[in-house]
Amino acid sequence: MKHLSEEQLIAYQDGEAAGREEFSAHIAACAECKAELGRLTEMLAAFEALPVPDPGEDYGRRVWQQIAPRLEEKHSHWWPALLTPQRLMAGALVATLLLVAFLAGRVSKRVTPSDGGSPLTASTGTADAARVRERVLMLAVGEHLGRSEMVLMDIANAEPGSAGVKQVNFSSQRRRAEDLLDENRLYRQTALQEGDTGIANVLDELERVLLDVAHSPQTVTTAQIKSIRQRIDDDGLLFKVRVLTKQIQMRENTSKPGPAQSGAVRVERNNEA
Amino acid sequence: MNESVESVREADAIAIERTLAGDRDAFRILVERHSATIFRLAYRLSGNHHDAEEIVQEAFLRAYQKLEQFASQANFATWVYRIAANYSIDRMRQKKKEDARRQAPSTEMSDDVEQDPLRQIPDAAPTPERLTQSVELKREMETALQSLTPAERIAFVMRHCDGCGIAEIALALKSNSSAAKNTVFRAVQKLRQALEPQLAPRAQARAMGTES
Repeated sequence: MKHLSEEQLIAYQDGEAAGREEFSAHIAACAECKAELGRLTEMLAAFEALPVPDPGEDYGRRVWQQIAPRLEEKHSHWWPALLTPQRLMAGALVATLLLVAFLAGRVSKRVTPSDGGSPLTASTGTADAARVRERVLMLAVGEHLGRSEMVLMDIANAEPGSAGVKQVNFSSQRRRAEDLLDENRLYRQTALQEGDTGIANVLDELERVLLDVAHSPQTVTTAQIKSIRQRIDDDGLLFKVRVLTKQIQMRENTSKPGPAQSGAVRVERNNEA
Repeated sequence: MNESVESVREADAIAIERTLAGDRDAFRILVERHSATIFRLAYRLSGNHHDAEEIVQEAFLRAYQKLEQFASQANFATWVYRIAANYSIDRMRQKKKEDARRQAPSTEMSDDVEQDPLRQIPDAAPTPERLTQSVELKREMETALQSLTPAERIAFVMRHCDGCGIAEIALALKSNSSAAKNTVFRAVQKLRQALEPQLAPRAQARAMGTES
């Protein structure tokens, strides 16, 4: 075949699929086209390697200082802030728990032994309510732990941008920890009210680390990062979070509505938890 | 998508949401996180530190002003990169017009490289490896890049320095994929012609499309 035209050569180098097999075969057999392709590739690699000056570690901060006075205040919309998945979930959890508690109260009031109702029916109603409550809490806490694990992992992997730099931009981790704190408090209190001390204890330990991270400066030294990491390691927090997530998944799987199961058995499992 | 990219996107989404809710300082997180990337693009496009800094600032100012238009599922880094590319095109075109007005018509630059100074690059031909080592050649490569039209320069930098897809380039150029592809091709062709003496020290340019 003919040598590759310039257009074909450039398109081939750029990964163009049309006619690729035929061109590949030709290039493999044609020293001249192979050399042209090599030169083109080297030229493009040289452009890619053209050095760009490093604007400096604090460049982002300088840009912010330059533009901040020129940014107009945006009109505050309170609703987008409330519509975050995390806040919606926390709100839904509270609403569901309130509804379940209300319905459970009605059932147990309506059907009591003194009213002539069966004691078994009353305990079944309460146990069902407790079971639903537990499932709602488990789902929400499971999600929360997943997000918390990501932040902890992020801290474990946080490194300075380049070798020799001793500062780490910690703003992302800080902001995320801040967001997780509200949820964490809510779930810990709910777990305590539900008598689930296992979950409450892990959430309590998690809350302390999240507080540390949320109150860290925007930029931290590698020594500060090391200290937070040390704390996570000493408490075995990442491990505990993972174990709890796994346990919650297992509890969630076993507490899914299934064939006839006596209320007494379900209450027993709730107490075990 | 790896976890760190995912966590950056998640953190960006939170910062955007807070900014839109009236917390102006939340925008700082976005500026601090993405300024260096935009600076690299801006420097490659403008070829100098001062212009690059102005492009970065303007890109973030425009991003802040248009933040309501940002789709929450999109990637902020890509979005602000595109804003910077768009602004750079306008700025380079404007600068070109101003330069043309200042110069006599006979020396006015056109979109072609017929008057490309690189055509006068001396024929001393170092190996391609030396392209990345020689200060003088680096300067010549930068000059070659600056001699492209604004659209070609953006398309080339996005494609061959930052590895962007054709669709992304088309969005930055406000054109279609086919036109974007052609623009990248023209840029590579011009740079190749400009640097041919450096790359191929042969007496005769190779005639393309002839029988082997």
